[in-house]
Amino acid sequence: MNELLKCENLTKTYGRITALNNVNLVIPRGKIIGLLGPNGSGKTTLIKILNGLLTPTEGSLTISGFKPGVETKSKVSYLPDSSYLNSWMKVEQIVNMFIDFYPDFRPELAYKMLKNLDIDPTAKLKTLSKGNKEKVCLILVMSRNAELYVLDEPIAGVDPATRDYIISTIINNYNPEASVLLSTHLISDIEQILDEVIFINKGVVELHKTVDEIREENGMSVDELFREVFRW
Amino acid sequence: MSWMLDKTRPICPQICEQICVKIAQGEFKPNERLMSVREVAVVAGVNPNTVQKSFEQLDQKGIIYSVRGSGWYVSADTQTADDEVNELIRSKTNDYFGQMNALGMDNSEIKRYVKEWKPDE
Repeated sequence: MNELLKCENLTKTYGRITALNNVNLVIPRGKIIGLLGPNGSGKTTLIKILNGLLTPTEGSLTISGFKPGVETKSKVSYLPDSSYLNSWMKVEQIVNMFIDFYPDFRPELAYKMLKNLDIDPTAKLKTLSKGNKEKVCLILVMSRNAELYVLDEPIAGVDPATRDYIISTIINNYNPEASVLLSTHLISDIEQILDEVIFINKGVVELHKTVDEIREENGMSVDELFREVFRW
Repeated sequence: MSWMLDKTRPICPQICEQICVKIAQGEFKPNERLMSVREVAVVAGVNPNTVQKSFEQLDQKGIIYSVRGSGWYVSADTQTADDEVNELIRSKTNDYFGQMNALGMDNSEIKRYVKEWKPDE
């Protein structure tokens, strides 16, 4: 089955506020997809529904045909927008925790990436800088052999050299059976590695196209188009 | 040689162009194995599916060919790659002349200017 993620008439309201309004989306396997939108557009709400942290008000969302739940948690590797790890733990203890939690976790890959980014596995998380903490979280998420990687703002707090490393990690980890969905507002750095972009604004999908289609039709980069569409 | 990509143009044709240039300049030699899709994706910092699409387009034009289980190779005849590069040179020169015409220079003035032109230090 090529449809990895499917949203049908997905709506989420918080009281009188509509965070997602009748969203219809299909994400196939083997794609790297950017979920782009200004603050408060509904990106994180969509991601939270996908991970079973919120339930839809109306409509449905399925991953390989399953509603978010026990089955989908073994298929989805999720990087939240804020850290949930215990800061008193050592990096290697957290790696061991992931080994216990996820049968698809690849510790050798995690240790290789930690070494490449010069992070000491015996250091406690709380002694690391903000950027290094983010790197640890991303390494853990990318070290799983999942079907869908969902990265909420993965490159926000890291330096440009690390950003390049993260981008090459995503490319190197590319697998035709799996897809990567990453939300960001820092588009210019990552648009080259995306197959498709989804522009979301005020809970509505405004555009869902390939990067090359956008460049072809508009004669501008996705970043420039984003600035044009979301200008106020 | 690095991969210079223009952010305002689709990526796929740019990958094709740069591979043609590398073949025409002899950096990639006839019947030599090309880098894998993933290697090109990593060094150029682009999506592997885009590189795959570029390779398939070059294959259709006969510029490269694939060997099952082994990868992509540069075709023995590099004429098509040379032609592609010549066409690029032609169209970029056309663009240049068009832009200079718009600045009020006629073609003979442009040619004289180019002949005497020296690059900035």
